[in-house]
Amino acid sequence: MSEDFLQTMWVTFKLASSTTLILIVIGIPIARFLAYSKFRFKAIVEALVSMPLVLPPSVIGYYMLLVYSPRFWFGKWLRETFDIRLAFTFEGVLIASVLFSLPFMVQPIQNGLRSLPSSLHEAAYTLGKSKWNTFIRVLLPNIKPSIVTALALTFAHCIGEFGIVLMVGGNMPGETRVAAIAIYDEVQAIHFDAANQYAFVLFAVSFVMLTLMYSINKRNESWKML
Amino acid sequence: MEDAVISIDIKKEIFSANGKIVLEIATCIQLGELVALFGPSGAGKTTLLRMIAGLVHPDSGKITFGNEVWYDSEQKIALTPQQRHIGFMFQDYALFPNMTVKENIRFAQPKKDERKIYSLLEAFGLNELEHRKPAKLSGGQKQRVALARAIAREPKLLLLDEPLSALDSELRSGLQDEIQKAHRQSKTTTLMVSHDLAEVFRLANHVVCIENGKITASGSPMELFSNSDISGKVQITGQVVNIESQGTFYMLTIVTGINQVIKVIAFENDIINLKTGDRVMVFTKAFNPVVMKM
Repeated sequence: MSEDFLQTMWVTFKLASSTTLILIVIGIPIARFLAYSKFRFKAIVEALVSMPLVLPPSVIGYYMLLVYSPRFWFGKWLRETFDIRLAFTFEGVLIASVLFSLPFMVQPIQNGLRSLPSSLHEAAYTLGKSKWNTFIRVLLPNIKPSIVTALALTFAHCIGEFGIVLMVGGNMPGETRVAAIAIYDEVQAIHFDAANQYAFVLFAVSFVMLTLMYSINKRNESWKML
Repeated sequence: MEDAVISIDIKKEIFSANGKIVLEIATCIQLGELVALFGPSGAGKTTLLRMIAGLVHPDSGKITFGNEVWYDSEQKIALTPQQRHIGFMFQDYALFPNMTVKENIRFAQPKKDERKIYSLLEAFGLNELEHRKPAKLSGGQKQRVALARAIAREPKLLLLDEPLSALDSELRSGLQDEIQKAHRQSKTTTLMVSHDLAEVFRLANHVVCIENGKITASGSPMELFSNSDISGKVQITGQVVNIESQGTFYMLTIVTGINQVIKVIAFENDIINLKTGDRVMVFTKAFNPVVMKM
């Protein structure tokens, strides 16, 4: 295995795991908000979260680049105050990837929460448990299959990230070059052996992730909701 | 009024199966009583119970428990269910599927006490099931766990939403004993939604009848459901399930409060106002049982 290959795989997995970790932290509260809130403009938030499902990555990538650009106030502010550059960096790609994978984390968890009967959280409230305690000890444990699905989908989806990384990050070895881009690159350069290597790893990882997800959820079915 | 524990005076528009009705309830419940909310489904009984629990709020009115104000639309006070220290038993039991029977009960305890858990498990015949998850329990077992859990909370007020509806008659009377025993021991004021006459007779010392969102009668089960003007020796209350013409007379089939089916002969003028579904009283007079609409 070449050093290039290992380096690219490292960047790919680093991106996928960081995205998944960040999304657990911000995705669960968003899912909770969307599942229970009676906020008047909730539909707008819901639509925004789901946009990446319907928009081509190049559109979101284009807007991200615009925001990152030093000519735009945000990019300029970042550059001048913190000396941070986001365009064509790993961090910039990571932020784009978090935004782009948001629906894969939020939607399964939101649907899971919605499928729980409301008497479940009501019962916990009548037993004197706070909203937070109820969420952690009653609601989340009962949507384990949804959480597993969300994690697996987010991670598997990030592993295969292509368009958005290319738009925001370009193709810089060791920084923003991920496996899916490397395949395209190698094919263009007629290095079919290298392309084959990347493709096989991506295929295998995604396959294992999804199989794992389905088998875990099958086991969980035994204590599914009544 | 002074020793009233709970005073309720509320108004709320609700949408029931029978369309829009206005729930308008004003009543007082005494300390330590076991009160039944009795009436047809869709009358607003469950909504009333949920308002007392703080799970839904009335449109206007006031609910007080002793000198605690639980809800007051004018003063904009609305305590959360957590602050009301109640036990609530849901119609669908609402057991936590991720916890075993024992964990469900332990979760409800305000202060963890293993000994109390075991005495509850014992009292409700759940010892053998303590490590089972709710999905592996029968309907009757789930109801027992739900009741045990509501009691484990050590509530000031116990609210039971049709606690025994899913049980067959044998289990039902067994659990009625448990409710009665638990009530006698703890003296916890208990409010129970029911549309089973036998259950009301057996358990409640006070009945509030609700129809179409209004209280139509309230009093002891005896006062409400047996007519003291009648000099009959035997009085049975029940519901007409069938009226059958037999030529010169009619055969009424009546299901009694203890779920027995009896047949009574009636004449044309007896059944003029009767239709199936009516609540009736059967009493003996001279030789024949006589049927009268209630």
